[in-house]
Amino acid sequence: MKKLLLIAMAVLLVLAGCSKESKTIKLGVAGAHSGDLASYGIPSVHAAELVVEMYNANGGAAGKKIELVVEDDQCKPEIATNTASKLVGAEVVAVMGHICSGATKAALGIYKDSKIPTISPSATNPPLTQSGDYPNFFRTIAPDDAQANLAVDFIIKSLNLKKVAILHDKGDYGKGFAELCKAAAEANGVEVVLFEGVNPGAPDYSAVVNKIGNSGAAGVVWGGYHPEASKLVQQMKDKGMNIPFVSDDGVKDDTFIEVAGKYAEGVYATGPIDTSSNPMAIKAIADHKAKYGDEPGAFFLNAYAATVAVLNAIEKSGKTDYDSITNALRSEYVETPLGKISFDSRGDAIGIGFSVYQVQNGKYVVVNQ
Amino acid sequence: MEDFNWKEYLKDSFISMLWFSLLLFPMLVMKITVKGGMADVTYRWGYLVVIPVSAFILSALWKYFRERQQGGDKADKRGEIAALFRRTFIENRTVKKVSIISAILIMAFYPVFSGMYNTNVMISALIYIMLGLGLNIVLGLGGMLHLGHAAFFAVGAYTYGLFFKYAGQFFVDAGISTGWMFWIALPAGGIMAAVFGVLLSLPVLRLRGDYLAIVTLAFGEIMRMVLQNWGNVTGGATGISLIPRPWLFGINVTPRLAAVYIYYIVFAFVIISIITVSRLENSRIGRAWEAMREDEIACQSMGIDLVRNKLTAFILGSVWAGVAGVLFASQTTYINPDSFTIWESILILCIVVLGGTGSISGVILGALIIKLLPEYMRAFAQYRLLVFGLALVLMMIFRPGGIIKKVRKIYRFPLDEENDAAAEGQN
Amino acid sequence: MDYFLKLLLSGTAKGSIYALIALGYTMVYGIIKLINFAHGEIYMIGAFVALLVGGTLQSAGVNPAVILVVSTLAAVFFAAAYGLTMEKIAYKPLRTAPRLSVLISAIGMSMFLQNLVLLSQTEKYLSFPSFLPEFLFLKPIRGYINSTQFIILIITSIVMVLLTLLIKFTLIGKAMRATSQDREMAQLVGININSVITVTFIIGSATAAIGGILICSYMGQINYYIGFIAGIKAFVAAVLGGIGSIPGAVLGSFVLGWTESLGTGYISSDYEDSFAFIILILILTVKPSGILGRKENQKV
Repeated sequence: MKKLLLIAMAVLLVLAGCSKESKTIKLGVAGAHSGDLASYGIPSVHAAELVVEMYNANGGAAGKKIELVVEDDQCKPEIATNTASKLVGAEVVAVMGHICSGATKAALGIYKDSKIPTISPSATNPPLTQSGDYPNFFRTIAPDDAQANLAVDFIIKSLNLKKVAILHDKGDYGKGFAELCKAAAEANGVEVVLFEGVNPGAPDYSAVVNKIGNSGAAGVVWGGYHPEASKLVQQMKDKGMNIPFVSDDGVKDDTFIEVAGKYAEGVYATGPIDTSSNPMAIKAIADHKAKYGDEPGAFFLNAYAATVAVLNAIEKSGKTDYDSITNALRSEYVETPLGKISFDSRGDAIGIGFSVYQVQNGKYVVVNQ
Repeated sequence: MEDFNWKEYLKDSFISMLWFSLLLFPMLVMKITVKGGMADVTYRWGYLVVIPVSAFILSALWKYFRERQQGGDKADKRGEIAALFRRTFIENRTVKKVSIISAILIMAFYPVFSGMYNTNVMISALIYIMLGLGLNIVLGLGGMLHLGHAAFFAVGAYTYGLFFKYAGQFFVDAGISTGWMFWIALPAGGIMAAVFGVLLSLPVLRLRGDYLAIVTLAFGEIMRMVLQNWGNVTGGATGISLIPRPWLFGINVTPRLAAVYIYYIVFAFVIISIITVSRLENSRIGRAWEAMREDEIACQSMGIDLVRNKLTAFILGSVWAGVAGVLFASQTTYINPDSFTIWESILILCIVVLGGTGSISGVILGALIIKLLPEYMRAFAQYRLLVFGLALVLMMIFRPGGIIKKVRKIYRFPLDEENDAAAEGQN
Repeated sequence: MDYFLKLLLSGTAKGSIYALIALGYTMVYGIIKLINFAHGEIYMIGAFVALLVGGTLQSAGVNPAVILVVSTLAAVFFAAAYGLTMEKIAYKPLRTAPRLSVLISAIGMSMFLQNLVLLSQTEKYLSFPSFLPEFLFLKPIRGYINSTQFIILIITSIVMVLLTLLIKFTLIGKAMRATSQDREMAQLVGININSVITVTFIIGSATAAIGGILICSYMGQINYYIGFIAGIKAFVAAVLGGIGSIPGAVLGSFVLGWTESLGTGYISSDYEDSFAFIILILILTVKPSGILGRKENQKV
C-alpha cells in the first residue's frame, strides 16, 4: 500500500513537473515592488533590467538570451513563500532577491530545497550566511554585524563616547542591528545605559527622549528606518539634547534628510562604501537616469552588482545548473559597480564593506573609511 | 412600471458631480512631493474630466439601486424571481448533491492538474476557510464581533514553532525525524488555542456589543506585542525559521511533494471542519448560540446559560484557529509576528462577512475570493485593499447577509400548494 | 522628581494629541452608536489637505501666519466634507441595520480612504512643514515642553470647553443629547435627526482635522498610514473614559497618555502599546461602560 501510494505520487509529480529545454535563461527578481517598502525594492528591478539589457545586447550569457521574471513579495514572509513557489514553477535558474531579510528567510527554504542560487542586494541579517543553513544564498551587501562593528568602532575611536543609549524599532532588521551594537559595545568597554524598542508609527516619542536624557547617555545608537529616526532626532533636538546620533543604513537615505530637514544635520549613519569614483557605478547611474528619468534609489548598485555577478557566473561556467553557478560565484572575481568582488564559502561578498557617513549641509558625507 | 423621474435623477447626479469634483480635487488632481523642504505640487488635470463623468454616472446608478432596494412593487417581482431561482438551483436536492460532489472531486484532484505554485495558493485559501469557519462560530452563530481571531491563529503557529525551536534538537539527537513534531503539534496547537480562548473569554463575558469588539481587538494586539517583544523566548521579529514539514513515512520531503502532501492534510481538515460546523449549527449548542445572537435577555429568560455559551463559542472558534495556525506554520516554514496583525483579523472578518455571515458555503466562497483573487490578479494587487474596502461598504448596504446568505431551515409540506406560497411570503 | 515631572508633561502632551481625535470618536458614537473606524482617516486627510494647500501657498511665498490660517480652514472644510459624504454614503443607509453591519461598513470605509490616499499620493513619508509659531517664552523650559506641545494643550482645552458649552447650553446641543438618549423619541418630538447627525459629523471631523495639522506639525512628517495608528489609540482612550461622554474622552486620553509615558519611562518602551490595552481590559472588567460612561439600559 505504501509503495503504491509512493508510485502514484511520483507519477503525479513527474507529470506535474515535466520541463522542456528552455530557449532563454530565466532570472528571477523578487522583492517589494508595491506597498510601503516599495522604495527599497523597485530600484533593484531597474538594476536587473539595465544589466540584462546590456548582456542581451552582447549575445546574452552562455549563448542564450536572458529573460527576467519579476515577482512582488511586498516584504511579507507569507507572500514571499508564494512568490518563491511561483519563481520555482517558472523555472528560473537563479533569483536576485529578496529585499527584506524576513521575506528572504521565508523564501530561502523553498529555494534551498529546489536548488536555486539566491543572491540578495539588501538582506543583511547575519545568520543568513553565518548559520550555514543556506548554502544557496549569496549577497552583495555586508551583513549587519559588519555594520554594527563599524558603528561601535567609530563611537569609541572618533566620538569617544563611554555611555550610549541604544534604541530600535522592534523589527527584525532594526533590533538585530541594535543587539549587535550592544554586544560590540559591551565587549569594548562602552556602557549601554539604555536598550529599548520604540513603536514605529507612534506620533510621540517624548517619553523615550526623556528617558534618554535621564539615563546620562552621551550618544544614541538607532537601529531601524528613517521615519522613526527623523522623529527621534527632531524631538531630541527640540528638548535641547545635542548628543551624537548614530544609525544604520536604513537611515542612510536621502529621504531621511528630506523628511527630517534641518534636524538631520550632524546625524551619523553607516552605509555601503562610497562608490562614486567607480567607473561602472558612474555608468550605471547615468544609464538609470537615461532610461527612468531620475536618480536611482536604495540598493541600486548592490542589485546591479548582484545581477552582474550571477550572469558572469553563468557566462564563465557556461552552464546554468546549481553547482556550476555556485562554484563560479565562489571562484571567480567580477567587476561590479561596488568594486571587484567574489564570494566566500558562506555566501558573503569579498571586497564589500561599510563606511560611516554624516549629514553635513544637507548631504551625506563620508567621515570614516 | 413607475414614472422614471428624469429631472430628479439629473439634478441629483449633477450636484454629486460638482460635489465630488470639489471633494476629490485635492486628492486626485493635486499631487504633492516634498523636495528640500519645499513642497512641489503638480496637477493631474486629466482627473478633472474623469471625476465628474464617473461621479455623474455612479451617483445615478447609486440612486437607482437604493430606490430599488427601498421597496415598491419592483421588490416583490424581484423577490419572486429570486425565489424561483432558489427553488430550482439551491434547494433542489439533486442539484445540491451533484454540485457538492463535483466540487469535492475537483478539489480532491486539484494538486494533480495544477503546479506547485497553484497548489500552494490553494493551501493558503483552504487554511483561511478553516479560519473563517472558526470565526463564523463566534460571529455568525454567536453574534459576537471578534476582532482578535488572528491571535489564536498565532497561538497555533507559535506552538508548533516554539516546540520545534526548543525540542527540535532532542528529536534530531534521538534520531527521530523532526517531521513527527508536526503531528504532535496539531492537537497541541488546538489545545493551547483553547486555553487562550478561555483566557480571552474571562474579561469578555460581561461585555456586549462594541465593548466586546474592543476587548477582543486589545487581546489580539497584546498577543502580537508579546510575541514581538519577548524575543528571547519567541524569537521576536526574527521569527522562527526552518520549521519542519510533516512526516511522510520517512521520505525526504521536497517543496513539490510537501505542497501536495500538505494540501491533502489541509483538505481533510477542511472537510472535517465543514461537517463539524454544520452539525454544530443544528445541535442544541448551535441553537443556543443563535438565540444568544438574536436577543441575550430573551435567551437568558429561556434558561440558557450565557456564560457557558460564550465560553464554548470562543473555545471552539479558537481551536479551529489554532489548528489552522499549525498548518500555516508547516506550509510557510517561517513564522514571525508580522503575519498576525490586526489586519489579519480584519481580513478573516471580511471573509465571513462578505461571504455570508453564518453560512458555511458563504465562508468558503469568501475565503476563496479573498485569498485567490489578489494572488491571481497581481497586476491589480495595489488596488486590492481599495476594492475590498469598497466591497465591504456596498455589501453591507445592499446585501448585508453576504454573498451567500444564510438560509434558515425551511420546513415545507409539498402536498399543500397554498400553504407553500404563504410560507414563502413569511420568510 | 524632575524626571517624573518631565514624564508627566510628556504624557499630558501625548494625551492631548489623543484627545483631539478621541473627541470626534466619542461624539459620533454618542449620537449614532457607531464606532467610526474611518475617523482616523479623516484626521489623515485633513492633514494632507493642509499640506497640499500649505505647500502651494508656500511656493508662492505667502506669509506663514496666513498659510497657517488658510491651510487650517481648508483642512477643516475638506475634512468635514469627507466626513459628511462618508456618512451619507456608508452610514445613513444603515441606520436601521444591526450594529455589526455599520461597523463593518466603517471598516470598509477606512480601508478605502487609506488606499485612496496611498494610491493617489504616495506611500512615502513626506516632510510636513510646521507653520506654527515658536513661543520664545518657552525656550527656558524646552526640556520639559516645547512650543508645539504647548499649543496642542491649549487648543485641546479650548476645543473641549467649546464642545462642552455647545452640548450643554445651545439648542443644537440639546438636540444632540436627546438624539443620543433615544433616537426615535427625539424624532417624535420634532428633532430633525439628519441635521443633528450632520452637525455631529462636521464637528467631529473638524476636530480631527485640527488634530491632524497639529500632530503632523509636531511630528514633522505625514504618511497615509498615520490615521490608523492614531485612530486605534484614540479609540481606546475614548472607550476608556466612557464612550459617548466628552469629558470622558478627554479624561481617557490623558489617562492613556500618562500610563504610556510613565510606563515607558519607568518600565520599558517595548511594551508601550500593551499598557494601553491592558489598562483598557482592566477598566472594562471593573467598570464595563468606562470611567465616566453611563450604564446603558438594555430594553427588552
